[in-house]
Amino acid sequence: MTGWLVASVGMVGDGTYFGWDGFTIQSGNLIVIVVMIILFILALVLPFPGGKRRK
Amino acid sequence: MTAQATPGQGAPVDEADAHTLTGRARRWLLRKLPPDKLLPEDQPSYVMSWAYVFGMGAIASLLWIIISGIVLGLNGPQWYHVSSLGSFVNSTHLWSVELFFIFMVVHLWLKFWMAAWRGGRALTWITGVISFVVSIVAAFTGYLLQTNFDSQWIAFEAKDALNAVGVGAWFNVANLGQLFTWHVTLLPLAVGAVVVLHVLLVRVHGVAPPLEAAESDAQLLHSRPEPAEAAEPAEAAEPAEVPASAESSGTQPSGIEPRGAAQ
Repeated sequence: MTGWLVASVGMVGDGTYFGWDGFTIQSGNLIVIVVMIILFILALVLPFPGGKRRK
Repeated sequence: MTAQATPGQGAPVDEADAHTLTGRARRWLLRKLPPDKLLPEDQPSYVMSWAYVFGMGAIASLLWIIISGIVLGLNGPQWYHVSSLGSFVNSTHLWSVELFFIFMVVHLWLKFWMAAWRGGRALTWITGVISFVVSIVAAFTGYLLQTNFDSQWIAFEAKDALNAVGVGAWFNVANLGQLFTWHVTLLPLAVGAVVVLHVLLVRVHGVAPPLEAAESDAQLLHSRPEPAEAAEPAEAAEPAEVPASAESSGTQPSGIEPRGAAQ
């Protein structure tokens, strides 16, 4: 039981936060949002492999 | 002795003979979603695009969420909080949720800008929105089940909001046992059911065409209001062909396969 509690406490981190003029965002959330925007843009511009072979 | 025409297993059944509730349900299902529409071998050529892979990416992530969740649930928190393998499986459960939401949000953005509700696909869009909302609740209960100070913080921040909207009595974030039931049975079943319905509706109506390929979508053609001037009516009924220039350049994939599923 003690080990479980210690393991649980060890899992909690403070996290890194970025802030600009009253706007604050945690680094993990910011990374996920940036990754989604990049994926969205890449999905529009990258050619699909084998896409030209089919009609 | 005359041969008795007894329909055996796999024998074709006369659909006009459907006189029971089961028979009528079968006839309705087969009319709405015949087997070649349910499991199509061909898709319109515009599906060969990265814009059409994120829905399947979300489903693949969801499958791993369910598989890893079953493993976690059967072994219990003292396994996934303490042992190395348990922590690893717990982490893959979290990261597949991250991927599920990333893929789902990109899927949502792409379909929004594609106006994917066109051609009678409103219910497909609505079930997608519902699956997104239910998934958020499922993920929220998952964060509460971390059983650490982080989950305690999330629970007591959320408790006031849930009490304020009047659901705190039966959705009690401070009740770990209740949340475990929500997270491992009710919400996964709800997400699974809505996602299955969403996919079936995609099969029924076909994938939504890009805005540039709207001419090749049978449902859009049929739901379009009649043009004011009846010029060239025969041409309007024909499915749109791929322009030769677009076909050679490959920049405007607006054609449709002979057995296109976009109906």
